[in-house]
Amino acid sequence: MALKIEQDYNRFKQIVRGKIKQDLRKYMSSGEMIGKKGKDLVSIPIPRIDIPHFVHDPNQNKGVGQGEGDEGTPIGPGEGDEGQGQGGNAPGQHFLEVDVTLDELAKILAEELELPNIEPKGQKRNIASAKEKFSGIHRSGPESLRHFKRTFREALKRQIATGTYDPDNPVIIPFREDRRYRSWKLVPQPAANAVIIYIMDVSGSMGNDQKEIVRTESFWIDTWLKSQYKGIESRYIIHDAAAREVDSETFYHTRESGGTIISSAYKLANKMIHEDYIPSEWNIYVFHFSDGDNWSGEDTELCFKLLKDHMLKSINLFCYGQVESQYGSGQFLKDLKVNMDGIDNLITSKIDNKEAIFDSIKTFLGKGK
Amino acid sequence: MADLSIELVKAKEEIEAYARDYGLDFFQTIFEVLEFDELNQVAAYGGFPTRYPHWSFGMEYEQLAKGYEYGLSKIYEMVINTDPCYAYLMKSNPLVDQKLVMAHVYGHCDFFKNNAWFANTNRKMMDEMANHGTRIRRYVDRYGFDVVESFIDTCKSLETMIDPHGEFTTNQPELQRAPSLLENQNDNDDWGETRHTVSKLKSKDYMDSYINPPEFLEEQRQKAIKKQKESMKFPQQSTKDVMGFLIEYGSLNKWQRDILSIIREEAYYFLPQGQTKIMNEGWASYWHSTMMTQKILKDSEVIDYADHHSGTLFTSPGRLNPYKLGIELFRDIEERWNKGKFGAEYEDCLDLREKRQWDKKLGLGRKKIFEVRRVYNDLMFLDEFLTPEFCIDHKLFTFGYNPKSKNYEIFSREFHKIKQGLLHALTNMGRPIIVVEDANFENRSELLLKHTHEGVDLKIDWAKDTLKNIFEIWKRPVNLLTVFSGKEKIISFNGKDHREKAFQKETKSDT
Repeated sequence: MALKIEQDYNRFKQIVRGKIKQDLRKYMSSGEMIGKKGKDLVSIPIPRIDIPHFVHDPNQNKGVGQGEGDEGTPIGPGEGDEGQGQGGNAPGQHFLEVDVTLDELAKILAEELELPNIEPKGQKRNIASAKEKFSGIHRSGPESLRHFKRTFREALKRQIATGTYDPDNPVIIPFREDRRYRSWKLVPQPAANAVIIYIMDVSGSMGNDQKEIVRTESFWIDTWLKSQYKGIESRYIIHDAAAREVDSETFYHTRESGGTIISSAYKLANKMIHEDYIPSEWNIYVFHFSDGDNWSGEDTELCFKLLKDHMLKSINLFCYGQVESQYGSGQFLKDLKVNMDGIDNLITSKIDNKEAIFDSIKTFLGKGK
Repeated sequence: MADLSIELVKAKEEIEAYARDYGLDFFQTIFEVLEFDELNQVAAYGGFPTRYPHWSFGMEYEQLAKGYEYGLSKIYEMVINTDPCYAYLMKSNPLVDQKLVMAHVYGHCDFFKNNAWFANTNRKMMDEMANHGTRIRRYVDRYGFDVVESFIDTCKSLETMIDPHGEFTTNQPELQRAPSLLENQNDNDDWGETRHTVSKLKSKDYMDSYINPPEFLEEQRQKAIKKQKESMKFPQQSTKDVMGFLIEYGSLNKWQRDILSIIREEAYYFLPQGQTKIMNEGWASYWHSTMMTQKILKDSEVIDYADHHSGTLFTSPGRLNPYKLGIELFRDIEERWNKGKFGAEYEDCLDLREKRQWDKKLGLGRKKIFEVRRVYNDLMFLDEFLTPEFCIDHKLFTFGYNPKSKNYEIFSREFHKIKQGLLHALTNMGRPIIVVEDANFENRSELLLKHTHEGVDLKIDWAKDTLKNIFEIWKRPVNLLTVFSGKEKIISFNGKDHREKAFQKETKSDT
């Protein structure tokens, strides 16, 4: 049942959407959204959407309460410095938590970052589902699909034709034959297959801050690519001196020590692609996050060879994100830029801190590959 | 909206008859049964499903709907101050809850009809709200959705700036007129300068220089100038009804003026409900409790009733529950007047034991509480009837924010502090007192608002945004005189940015 409030409610949601868009950069650099992720929804705390009034400063306001306790007994947390605390049961500013679907979030992301839609490659042979589309009118059908306007129009035509229509007393009574029903046809929905391979350097020099950046960034990449492909797969590879495949939990939380041999990860990724994903059928994305420290120049050479000769030929996009760390030399990025210049599906980005996530994602996904 | 089921009709008739027997006096009351989402909708609109469109109602709805979905809150009932009185019941509630709600509603209806503070409310508000809705929709059609919406946002920002005692004073903006040139013509000579006639004291010629010395004459002249300045000051008396003032003198189009007056009218309509929250809920709870326990309850319903009743009266440390405070105060008053615990003889008695056992068997309690519900509002109610004994019995305390621990903490259990705290929270409904002081500030037709500082600063970022909104209406710079971190300051908005400056003594008129 449609409620009258719907109109105001939708307008409110529209305003909220605008607020999110406005502060997207801020949300993207904070990991708190990911913590509040449900299956299809994220809860986003929005600070001020209220209409301002002249009010007393809540932190100076005294109140009267009721209950046990001596002087000095705490009864609730305050507002905190930067509005970080939540009201509790004490008076204070309340945050409004709004639910946004991941699809909606991806749309906002796309609008704000001006991301182009991805043109999938592949034969689109896999038909994921067939969707009904109401496209025509039939003379028979279930009553629930009866088209009232058409039915009455038919009845009116018939009554005028037979001369039983009286303009002064315009009563129209449809017969069985006048009835018209909506009809539908099935539209096949081709689905393009896609897989994302995340590679992360977990050597000793990648600390928690670096990993947090990777986690936040991959959340946004996931959100965007999921809105572009149905049924997307994610694979995770971690590497230090050797590479192995892990699940997402391990991916984000492992910390190893030791040196870094990047080629090990590229070999594993190549093997993965070769065995499981036929390049003509699959849209393949590889994201590699590292602090840019490699064991030797020799290995770097090997990496370029692996990329050029194998990987880049079969995948849509290879993205290299270099996270700033105090131990990393950052050499790998420089080498990549020098050696691999002009290759269309290789994108590099330097992520200095959390604030840079926004721009980094724009760089990675801005090409519409 | 469904009709009442047969058992609800029966319950209604029964409860209505009991309510009349107890002496409650109410308008005809119409109950409607609503689904949860419909009830949330009505509540989001402040009880009036016919209201004008605005996103803030959508926000309210979102919060109510979420609270309900997550099982955090549930609206039991909603009752509207109109004649006939409309009350909404939640469909999913069991019968015993519906009975409780009905008994509660009759308490509210009696209060609406008889409390003096409601005497001037429009009892046909349901229709009036619908008219407001129609008018605003028409403006939306004519001037565009965005334009009207953003103007409503502006108006709603000023919603709190009305005079709680407006109807009892003559100091209303529409009664004040700007000083016109015509009226002052007599005082002006051809050059537009003002002649100040100085009245001399009566004296013989030879005594004149002694009785009316030059200093005295000069003083008289200054007085006259000051007096004239005051009469040129506008508004002559500062007014709390900032909205009303802006309707009269703001730089507005006709439709904008209409919208501002709609918002003001609705703010005045809801005003007495804010002024009597504690009494109103206390009175209704007193009566649902009395009627349920004495007349209505069946044996099988007692447990459920007790559960829900105590749920309504639940208190948490940081929040004073108006239901609880109200009902306990009414009960306290009833007991005191039954036993004669009032008047000079009782007050002067110093023997605590004697005071505790005081009982003159006067039996005036019922009569007294009916009188109280007729003439008091929350502020007067607590001022008059809050006693030290009551504060101890009900474990009241004051609390505040401690910046060191970043917590709200209990400050004190002293009676006068508690009372002061309560009265402070209720004065001007807990809102800062802000008046229009001068509409021609610095002789530049800037608006000067004055905040009477009562020990608590304004929330400054909101105050700045609100100034911005007032600028939208006044269209000239808007200034606010306030105290911030212990210093008198003028915060102003000139259409582009906010400025802050220390308050200069010269601009001070007579404070």
